[in-house]
Amino acid sequence: MGLRTCLFDRHAAAGAKIVDFSGWDMPLHYGSQIEEHNQVRNDAGVFDVSHMTVTDVAGIDAENWLRYLLANDVARLEAPGKALYSLLLNHDGGVVDDLIVYRTEAGYRLVTNCATRRKVLIWLAQNSQGFMVQVEERPNLAMMAVHGPNSIALAHEALGADSTPAVRQLGNFESFEQGGWLVARTGYTGELGLEVILPAERAGPLWDALLAAGVKPAGLGARDTLRLEAGMNLYGQDMDENTSPFSANLGWSVNLRDEERDFLGREAVLQHRRLQQEGELPVLAGLVLEARGVLRSGQPVFTDKGEGVITSGSFSPTLKQSIALARIPWGSESCQVDLRGAMAPLKIVKPGFVRFGKRIFE
Amino acid sequence: MSNIPDDFHYTSTHEWVKVDENGVATVGISDHAQEALGDIVFVELPEPGTEIEARAEAAVVESVKAASDIYSPVSGEITQVNEALIDNPQLVNTAPYDDGWIYRMTINDERDLDELLNAEAYAEHCSDE
Repeated sequence: MGLRTCLFDRHAAAGAKIVDFSGWDMPLHYGSQIEEHNQVRNDAGVFDVSHMTVTDVAGIDAENWLRYLLANDVARLEAPGKALYSLLLNHDGGVVDDLIVYRTEAGYRLVTNCATRRKVLIWLAQNSQGFMVQVEERPNLAMMAVHGPNSIALAHEALGADSTPAVRQLGNFESFEQGGWLVARTGYTGELGLEVILPAERAGPLWDALLAAGVKPAGLGARDTLRLEAGMNLYGQDMDENTSPFSANLGWSVNLRDEERDFLGREAVLQHRRLQQEGELPVLAGLVLEARGVLRSGQPVFTDKGEGVITSGSFSPTLKQSIALARIPWGSESCQVDLRGAMAPLKIVKPGFVRFGKRIFE
Repeated sequence: MSNIPDDFHYTSTHEWVKVDENGVATVGISDHAQEALGDIVFVELPEPGTEIEARAEAAVVESVKAASDIYSPVSGEITQVNEALIDNPQLVNTAPYDDGWIYRMTINDERDLDELLNAEAYAEHCSDE
């Protein structure tokens, strides 16, 4: 038996297929992954993401420390209620993890991956020397993501009238706190939606209220195809400690505007950026298969500039064809994959296939 | 527990075959197999007219999770394929023993059927996996 979130009994009662996810017993789907995927694209679904790691940062050096630790710049978060996506980089500019950092009333909150929990907590501890900060993991908080075009309308009912005005005012990557809850317009699906971080004992009642309002549970299987359609990377699959952000389509999140800011990995990523400008660094591209078949992670692909590899591949339930993220040589113009002995052409696109329910590539 | 009808023959690789009164065999995959594969998104069907040996690769089922080869339970000639699966591959999930059949074939040698598992033996095989 693995670790269980406070919603495990509800998943089991709903007939979820439970799988091991980095030591956690998590719902893969509740019957059909594709139906759950479509539910999120067309209406509203809720994911239990309580397995993710929540860490609070406080203290007088909190901002300076995070400006040192994160490749994106928390100085952009001018007030509580703002959030941004960032990478944690090592000294070689490889990706230790990706995260969302929320500026809160008390300081900052980091939401990092589940699979990287131990490594990240050690990394934070090792790199906090000389800074006056308190770093506290919050294992007693639950987290759920409510996403889909109708998610916010349905969440109003479940969250209660008290929070309706605050939810209404939220812009993308904004949050508010109320009674120990943090409600944010963030997510991993390419749809409108909220992520709610709340005390574990309150998670069951909120889950039930969301379902009563018409939101349907969705599992980690749908979460993966939704994020792939949205062109969002999965840590450990599309990038890891040996990947430069510039080879992971994440150069945009490395904030180099403040030349005085000396963050971890800065020297290395400046070098990566030069290499990329010279065409020496591979890129993470989107691939679309027109033929019938499914691209899979780890499959080699062949471009006019050399070989590449699929980092995430699946069937896109929205587009009804296979899509992938792949690391391929810079400047590649054509691409093929071996499908059971026959070469099939792949269209190269910017990562990002579906946004707000619609196909977004040419 | 998955559904394992009594009047079918099964393989250890999770195909089923059912023979009608005219000796025509219908082939598909078991409920256990479709559940393990998850949502099925493509079925690559064989060409009617193909001669196929028992245990040879006859079709491919691709799910959200993996691609899976379908091996012919018996030797014979493929006579018909389930074209409904081209547009609606999820029939394999929703009705694996019925509308989700994959192909029909003649049987060269009825003794091939003796090599296969009956429902009871197949249920035991599934619980051992």
